[in-house]
Amino acid sequence: MFGRHTGRGGRLFGAAALTMAAGLVLAGCANGDSGGDNGAAPDPGAGGDSNFAITFLPKSLGNPYFDTSNAGGAEAIAEFGGTFQEVGPTEASPTSQVSFIQTAAQQGVDALVVSANDPAAICDALDEARSVDVKVVTFDSDTNPECRDLFINQAEAEGIARVQVEMIAEQIGGEGQIAILSAAANATNQNAWIELMQEELAANWPDIELVDVVYGDDDDQTSFDRTAALLQTYPELRGIVSPTTVGIAAAARYIQTSQFQGQVAVTGLGTPNQMREYVEDGTVTAFALWNPADLGYLAAYAAKALVEGTITGAEGDTFDAGRLGSYTVGANGTVLLGDPFVFNADNIADFNF
Amino acid sequence: MTELRTVSGPRRTMVPHGRPLWRRAVLTREGAVIGMLAVVIVVALTTVPNFDSPLTITFLLRDVAPILLIALPMTLIIITEEIDLSVASVVALSSVTVGILTRDGAPFELAMVAGVLVGAVAGTINGFLVTVVGLPSLAVTIGSLAMFRGISVGLLGTQAVTDFPEEWTSLARSNIPGTPIPSIMIAFVILAIIFGVVLHATPFGRSLYAIGLNKEAAHFSGVNVGRTKFILFVASGTVSGFAGVYFTLLYGNARGENATGMELAVIAAVLLGGVSIFGGRGALHGVIAGVLLIGTIGSALRLAGVTADIINVITGVVLVLSVVSASFLAWFHRARATARARGEKQG
Amino acid sequence: MTVPTTAAGSIAARRTALAKVGARLLSREAGVAATLILVVVFTTLQNPNFVFSPDGYRDLLLTPSILMLVAVGQAFVIITRNVDLSVGSIVGITAYLTGRLFIDIPGIPVLAVFLAGAIVGGALGLINGALVAVARVPALVITLGTLYIYRGLNVAWVGSDRINASDLPREFRSLGTEQILSIPVLTLVAVMVLIAAAWYLRNTRGGREFYAIGSDPDAADLYGLKVNRRIITAFVMSGALSGLAGVMFAARYGTVSSQAGTGWELQAIGAAVIGGVAISGGVGTVWGAAIGAFLLLTINRALPVIGIQDFWQRAVVGALIIGAIVLDRVLAVRQARKLRELRDTNND
Repeated sequence: MFGRHTGRGGRLFGAAALTMAAGLVLAGCANGDSGGDNGAAPDPGAGGDSNFAITFLPKSLGNPYFDTSNAGGAEAIAEFGGTFQEVGPTEASPTSQVSFIQTAAQQGVDALVVSANDPAAICDALDEARSVDVKVVTFDSDTNPECRDLFINQAEAEGIARVQVEMIAEQIGGEGQIAILSAAANATNQNAWIELMQEELAANWPDIELVDVVYGDDDDQTSFDRTAALLQTYPELRGIVSPTTVGIAAAARYIQTSQFQGQVAVTGLGTPNQMREYVEDGTVTAFALWNPADLGYLAAYAAKALVEGTITGAEGDTFDAGRLGSYTVGANGTVLLGDPFVFNADNIADFNF
Repeated sequence: MTELRTVSGPRRTMVPHGRPLWRRAVLTREGAVIGMLAVVIVVALTTVPNFDSPLTITFLLRDVAPILLIALPMTLIIITEEIDLSVASVVALSSVTVGILTRDGAPFELAMVAGVLVGAVAGTINGFLVTVVGLPSLAVTIGSLAMFRGISVGLLGTQAVTDFPEEWTSLARSNIPGTPIPSIMIAFVILAIIFGVVLHATPFGRSLYAIGLNKEAAHFSGVNVGRTKFILFVASGTVSGFAGVYFTLLYGNARGENATGMELAVIAAVLLGGVSIFGGRGALHGVIAGVLLIGTIGSALRLAGVTADIINVITGVVLVLSVVSASFLAWFHRARATARARGEKQG
Repeated sequence: MTVPTTAAGSIAARRTALAKVGARLLSREAGVAATLILVVVFTTLQNPNFVFSPDGYRDLLLTPSILMLVAVGQAFVIITRNVDLSVGSIVGITAYLTGRLFIDIPGIPVLAVFLAGAIVGGALGLINGALVAVARVPALVITLGTLYIYRGLNVAWVGSDRINASDLPREFRSLGTEQILSIPVLTLVAVMVLIAAAWYLRNTRGGREFYAIGSDPDAADLYGLKVNRRIITAFVMSGALSGLAGVMFAARYGTVSSQAGTGWELQAIGAAVIGGVAISGGVGTVWGAAIGAFLLLTINRALPVIGIQDFWQRAVVGALIIGAIVLDRVLAVRQARKLRELRDTNND
């Protein structure tokens, strides 16, 4: 019952233990040999102002939008002398973000910059991190205000919603059926924008009917397949709005090779590099975004200001954000980056992100 | 092969077992896993920064608790040469049940009980299909893995319920007062004692080994194989349901996609812990050490900044190495025994 | 049924009975095909665009073709009474490999990339097969481990990079949408592979030995069949076909991330089981697995058209798998009973 293996068990023990130990030592020494920029483990405890250890935790890794924002954050941190670390799950789910928050708390980083997959699900983990003196800054997608110190908002939600509605209305001639291809079903930012878009449509565009909202989970293949399904299910569809860079890229790619190219408009929030091809061949007329690099840059400076104690997140606090100038904290601990920007065939050549 | 010779009387008398107790206890598969766990902990403590804080124990045990819980009935099931691949989907189903009932206003205590009951029902379905209809458990649980997961996703769609009573979520995250050990470990210890006693000290437990070693012989010895397996599957479903409730509270959300892939982690840990996939051998202390081993390696690597994919590679390598080495050892023993027997016959 | 007493009569009776049993097995594939046709017809009645629009028709044939390759490979393995859980990870690796080859070796011929995908997939399958055959470890455990290992290596290799559609040459991407005689190119390739696989299983000694090994591995061993070689071959085929599917994935979807192919092992096993390949081995055909793959993905497409949220697709798939297994069991019991009856009547 307790095993029939005799002395060989001892040899197994030795060999396996040696392998395990060797592996761990190697991993510990190599310290982050794959993917992303891993700084040396920072000093635990409250951060001094000489070495800011800041960890960026986007919704998921492998998303070009967040690659750009991470790069912006890294640029800022290099400027003011800190250590930058980027971690993230491979799929955009709230549960998978929790373990990274816990690890950051264990490592005792100074600040955590998060784009949340869900407004409430990671709150407990964030509160735990804050209880060991980690400052929490959310950006791009917020959590409930009580579990973070600051939120860096890329633009007013109303503005983001309005610009997308105006673009699609213009592209389909003010009437017809449209659908929305969103990211994850619980994503705070997309859901806020979708709600405002629905209000805007109801108020100003009575001839446009929103027939469906589908979720692509910020996964390329899923978004691609959802677009195909939309086009099949609603033969009268005139336009698709995708308020997520993964979704709009996938939708544009599908439509480019389908019979609907030029007939069904595609717009939303996209990055110039991903959308360039589709703008050039006419699949997409116009789309909007802001500069995610600036967003990450600003978030890093805000985190630094929190760690230093220059601000506490109260309304009216001001802090310096390097090349972006000085920023003031608004209501609810929100810092506004700016306004959304519309890209089209005329100006897309000027941008590279 | 060899010529037949008449033999008068036994060739040799039985030599009494000369192995001392400590060798019998330590030099086993379970001993190997526990030893590896100790080595890993020591290495991690010395090389990985921040590993030596109480937070490590808290986070590790809290995250690994569902796997620990489900590994208990899974061990029993694998010992009887069956398998239950649907456990993660049952966790999700239970989680979704809790979420929907909470969202629709039911008292939370009722929702929790419903979650556990849903798990029991799922286990009953599995048990019925395996024992009454007589289907292979691998096939059945692949099907129920898909079906239960599909029902979970279908019920909630892509939504998630995230609003749970504060006192319960904080209880799930709390520690035993004064220690860094999470409170859920109390439930685990109780369950582990129950399963351990049943497995190692009751006739029911011994019958499990009998069934795993030789189903027909067990049947003809009077063991009710069908009923035994049925009970095991219901137990697995119930414990998975409980783990689902805990999981929901721990992460504060109920989603159809919760716990995806957890069945693989459970099985990997159980096999690592010395339970043979062919049934008939294994012990709980090895399994617990196996779960903790995988959890500790993951925790240490994460702290060291190693990305999740490398951790998965190491888990996979450890799993493959452990079963291949077990198989190799068994072959080695057989070869030695055969050579010895052959040598004696000719000697 | 009267019991024939002459020798010739009993041979005739045996042939009739076996023919009936054989016919029943054949009808399994027919049954699945009939279900598929029913689903398509029903959905098209609700929305003619499902089949009668150029895109609808193309997607109907194209998307399942990729899964079909994986399901065929899986059928090889399941027929030998094993299972291969690592196919999803193999698809992911070869899909990314495809992109990398095009980026790092500009001007590489498309055929070379297809070959590379098949070879790499086959090599990964070889590792699986060697471990299963030589180390005598259950395939479930080995492929569980390699699922983790291959996926982890894939993610480590990819990092946070991804292959974008713009990285792939035009002519390769157009394979994903081009049609010959209004049948998508990728579907044609998949069907050719399917025909080759079916021929191998039915008409070559190696193929028929798969069935023998799956029916009774010990008997096959005692009989002198080269069990190890066949098992390794089965896994190599599964890996190679998954590798091919990975290349086609890149052609179809254009964008490849580290998550490509996740979950495909379950779909492939489900497709094979629904198509009549019993999980206990020794039974089933690759035709069944192929039709099963089509059925699964067509249901996925059809549900939103009928008005059911497509998240219920997985529940439907699960129910179908269980239904298929129960059906297999019923048929097996009946076949055993018939064979017993036959043996008993012939022994009179």
